[in-house]
Amino acid sequence: MSADWVLKTAHGMDQFFFTIKNKIQNFITLIGEMTLFGYDSLKLLFAQPYRYGEILKQMEFVGNQSMGIIALTSTFTGLALSFQVYLGFKLVNAVNLVGPTVALGITRELGPVLTGLIVAARAGGAMAARLGTMRVNEQMDALDVMGVNTKQYLIAPRIIAAIICMPLLTALFDFMAMFGCWFLCIKIVGLDQAIFFEKISETLEVTHINEGLFKSAIFGLLFGVICTFKGFHTTGGAKGVGEATNRGVVISMVSIIIIDYFLMNIIRIYYLVSGIGRGF
Amino acid sequence: MAPLTRQQTFKGEYAIELTDVKKSFDQGKDFILKGIDLKIPRESLTAIIGFSGTGKSVMLKHILGLYEPTSGKVEVLGQDLSELNNNDLTKFRCNYGVLFQSAALFDDMSVLENVCFPLDEHRRHLKKDQVIQIAYDKLKMVGLDPKHFEKLPSQISGGMQKRTGLARALALDPEILIYDEPTTGLDPILTEMVDNLILETHKLNQGTTSVMVSHDLAAAFRIADFIVMLDAGRVLLSGTAQDFFKSDIELVKRFVDKGMKH
Repeated sequence: MSADWVLKTAHGMDQFFFTIKNKIQNFITLIGEMTLFGYDSLKLLFAQPYRYGEILKQMEFVGNQSMGIIALTSTFTGLALSFQVYLGFKLVNAVNLVGPTVALGITRELGPVLTGLIVAARAGGAMAARLGTMRVNEQMDALDVMGVNTKQYLIAPRIIAAIICMPLLTALFDFMAMFGCWFLCIKIVGLDQAIFFEKISETLEVTHINEGLFKSAIFGLLFGVICTFKGFHTTGGAKGVGEATNRGVVISMVSIIIIDYFLMNIIRIYYLVSGIGRGF
Repeated sequence: MAPLTRQQTFKGEYAIELTDVKKSFDQGKDFILKGIDLKIPRESLTAIIGFSGTGKSVMLKHILGLYEPTSGKVEVLGQDLSELNNNDLTKFRCNYGVLFQSAALFDDMSVLENVCFPLDEHRRHLKKDQVIQIAYDKLKMVGLDPKHFEKLPSQISGGMQKRTGLARALALDPEILIYDEPTTGLDPILTEMVDNLILETHKLNQGTTSVMVSHDLAAAFRIADFIVMLDAGRVLLSGTAQDFFKSDIELVKRFVDKGMKH
């Protein structure tokens, strides 16, 4: 081993760790900036002038306009998941447990996560694109110089609308997915309807549904803050708007999946400590 | 034209004063503004001219309070902007009316709604029909035909968008009217129309200080009564059109020659 090779390797490793350090630093800075951005915006909800009209407008966009796509995707998710679970449980002669298994999986995991992903892509992407366009077209500057607080007028209503609408959309997802499950189990496969409902009511608790709804509100906060942050800080014309939209949606989706895992563990610990939810 | 109801509060000689304003975006490595000293007389129509990249837009954003100077002081209507917190600065900006280069109209609102917007925000004591009446008056003042009032900005021409943007800027009867490169990218006929509109608006709105950032030297000489030329982040020359014609500064001569040829 020559001294030159050692020096080159050391330099390469140095560069590698320097890049990693920078990436971690930038990531932490970004999280900090987004947190402050969300906090600054949401606290303006309680400052005058109140923007109830804007909140309702955004709720209509995030919630009402997402209902169709949520109803459609959830029904087919329920159908597909139930069929897969049915095929597996048939092998061990436990088909009566298809209903409760799907119910638990949908209400606690798939419902909030899939709703989060779908709404982040649809409404979050639109939020980032709209705000980005307003930024590059000087409409945000116009609001600023008109003495209108852009975070209060544009950001806070969008974030709060996402937080409020996500549990409602998740409830719709849960209901429609379970309808899909019922349809497959009872109408296609021919299981006993009374046993289907009895097993579900034995297993599923309100706490489990609340767990999913709580997680979905957190996901709403997540994609609301991320997408508005990206849109608000758009630079560079039409290309910048595209990039902001893309990054907003991608970061939101990845965050929802990662945060879901941690939330799942936190809630499980809470169940174990408090004794509710039968510990699972 | 509807009578102006604005109550003048500021009586100082200069509406805008910049004292040794420096601005750097990279912790002092490079300065965009390198010590601007500037006094814009109250009630004047001032043109800020200069080549691209000389700091005109950055200076304008300091005047609007959108940027904080790295050092130096920005006073508008006798108020040091650095003394204002974010909320107060937001309220203070009601003293400005700005016509942006792109007009910056809200594309999901009609022409009339665009002009009503600042009134809805800051004149909450007014009834809806009063707001609409003021917006109507402002739109008529800038020469826009009422048949376009219910259209979206995308459904009207560039010239009409400029007129709507100006009507919106005038909605609150601001003390300071700012035109950010109002004629950049427009054809000569539209350019002349916008220049005349600026001049006419300035004359009609007695007491308003108008500031126009422009590349268009001929227009600046024609309509402005005070001209400021920036170069490399500094004020190269400020004065009347005559001061510019008489100037011995080489860059000013070149700019004047080129500008007057176009």
